[in-house]
Amino acid sequence: MSRIQSVFQSLRASGRRALIPFITAGDPAPELTVPLMHALVDGGADIIELGVPFSDPMADGPTIQRASERALRNGMSLRKVLAQVADFRTRNADTPVVLMGYANPIEAMGVERFVFAASEAGVDGVLIVDYPPEECKTFAATLKASGLDPIFLLAPTSTEQRIRDVAQIGSGYIYYVSLKGVTGSGALDFNDVAARLPQIRHGVGMPVGVGFGIRDAESARRIGEVADAVVIGSRIIEEIENSPRDQAVARVKAFVEGVRGALDQIQGAPR
Amino acid sequence: MQTADKPYRFPDSHGHFGPYGGVFVAETLIPALDELNAAYEACRNNPAFMAEFEYELKHYVGRPSPIYHAKRWSDSLGGAQIYLKREDLNHTGAHKVNNCIGQALVARYMGKPRVIAETGAGQHGVATATVAARYGMECVVYMGAEDVKRQAANVYRMKLLGATVVPVESGSKTLKDALNEAMRDWVTNIHNTFYIIGTVAGPHPYPMMVRDFQAVIGKECLVQMPEMAGRQPDCVIACVGGGSNAMGIFHPYIDVPEVRLIGVEAYGEGLDSGRHAASLTGGTPGVLHGNRTYLLQSEDGQIIETHSISAGLDYPGVGPEHAWLKDSERAEYVGVTDQEALAAFHDLCHLEGIIPALESSHALAYAAKLAPTLPRDKILLVNLSGRGDKDMHTVAEKSGIQF
Repeated sequence: MSRIQSVFQSLRASGRRALIPFITAGDPAPELTVPLMHALVDGGADIIELGVPFSDPMADGPTIQRASERALRNGMSLRKVLAQVADFRTRNADTPVVLMGYANPIEAMGVERFVFAASEAGVDGVLIVDYPPEECKTFAATLKASGLDPIFLLAPTSTEQRIRDVAQIGSGYIYYVSLKGVTGSGALDFNDVAARLPQIRHGVGMPVGVGFGIRDAESARRIGEVADAVVIGSRIIEEIENSPRDQAVARVKAFVEGVRGALDQIQGAPR
Repeated sequence: MQTADKPYRFPDSHGHFGPYGGVFVAETLIPALDELNAAYEACRNNPAFMAEFEYELKHYVGRPSPIYHAKRWSDSLGGAQIYLKREDLNHTGAHKVNNCIGQALVARYMGKPRVIAETGAGQHGVATATVAARYGMECVVYMGAEDVKRQAANVYRMKLLGATVVPVESGSKTLKDALNEAMRDWVTNIHNTFYIIGTVAGPHPYPMMVRDFQAVIGKECLVQMPEMAGRQPDCVIACVGGGSNAMGIFHPYIDVPEVRLIGVEAYGEGLDSGRHAASLTGGTPGVLHGNRTYLLQSEDGQIIETHSISAGLDYPGVGPEHAWLKDSERAEYVGVTDQEALAAFHDLCHLEGIIPALESSHALAYAAKLAPTLPRDKILLVNLSGRGDKDMHTVAEKSGIQF
């Protein structure tokens, strides 16, 4: 059983939701990434999504693009992200780390080399935004062969056929994009998500996390009523952006604690 | 060496040109691309749609564009004869409008009242704004904030045509960032919005669709060259940034094996200087903007900033079909520097009374290199993809002149 699967299993046993915060590796400074990761865990994160900075983050909104730009100005690269994960692993052997990013840095490194290095570093899952199932069968198979989970997105507009495709090729969990648009945009429609999620969960046969548009404890709690996991990205990046450098870690931890508290008020299994 | 299939039939049904092309986008865009794919298939197999496209090209754009034998220039070079395909004479002054009309008609077929576009120098933006006005559609054009400053006249032109121009402040504030922003708009407003991509790049079906709409250029040449010169040319030469004018003139010639196809990239300050925009001759394969193709990228896979005197060639990627034509060796790709392009620009002004676009001047500059090495009975056909009025400021500046 992968680290991701065992996290979901024990959460399910205790009737809790997974909290999956996202930060961009190297933002606001490379030396703060590992402390931020530990702070996320201390604040109540179950899984960490770690963004691999890319020069052209087409599917992200301005907030995460700014984080990417800051990280690249700080000299970040995929290689350095993997080194940060390895560093994180020296003090944390339990919290799954999912790399989230774009195809090109991985193709530049080479798929085989990347998968080997990621596995060595202690990465648990990989979500490549611009690798839809039809373009990454080999990549997903290579990940699985090394015990890594290929994580895929599903959207409100995904067809039955695509839900089946993703179920077949993906593992770990599904990241359901709760609204149209890019990360950090607009308000999400809870009723829409609630209506769609049972079908998605049934179709994929694995836990479903919901992200895009979750901005506070209240929206996290409402999504948690229906989802297995709640993903928060842009809002945490904003917290980092708006904090003085020396307070970023503490403030991120406090924010995550607030969301954790709200999620833990939920009683019973997702509707 | 990989060999292109004969007859040439690319892309496959998933948009692949060999290992290139494809659909490398987030899940949120997949339904929109599926919808577009279905609509485009329906349109291109619909005789009434194609008849309207052709009618618009004839009566609104002014097609067919003529072919002109640049005799004085050829004589001065002392070798092969150079013929020019006059896309500069189209309405709006470049080949871009062919594709915009095609896509606007697809948008109308799909019932989308709003079109968006990205633009670098502004030519594709102007062409999109033009057809949006023509068909009564709302139009938003994304343009890098740097380019907005450099291309004030085209920004004003778009506004005159009723378009909203949105300056993009992210990244390098140029064409690729405008493209990112247009994609974001599209994914957010899919229900009422059609994204008119200006070149043969992006996710399937764009590279194929844009090529098909631009292929009118090469189809006309196939008919016109025997009329003008008694035979097909020995070489077809076109500049390549994203590569739409080149794909348009190359594609109908792919199955004519005796015709050499030569794409000319922007070497900027020189291929060795690192300041250029030559993805095919100076880049490596990767994934950007929805397709796998040759890219200018760092060792770590980050896209790097490009340089060319011609804003229309200043792009770090290239259409995936060019990547395939390069690997399969059906086309050759070369480059010329800013200086060489400028020299050809001035020569065409002086000897033929034609002011070419700086983009097209790259193709001209390579023809000027090649012609003297060939006998006088050889024929080079150059795609003169646009006129140079938009480049007055750039050229004047290089000559130390201020308006």
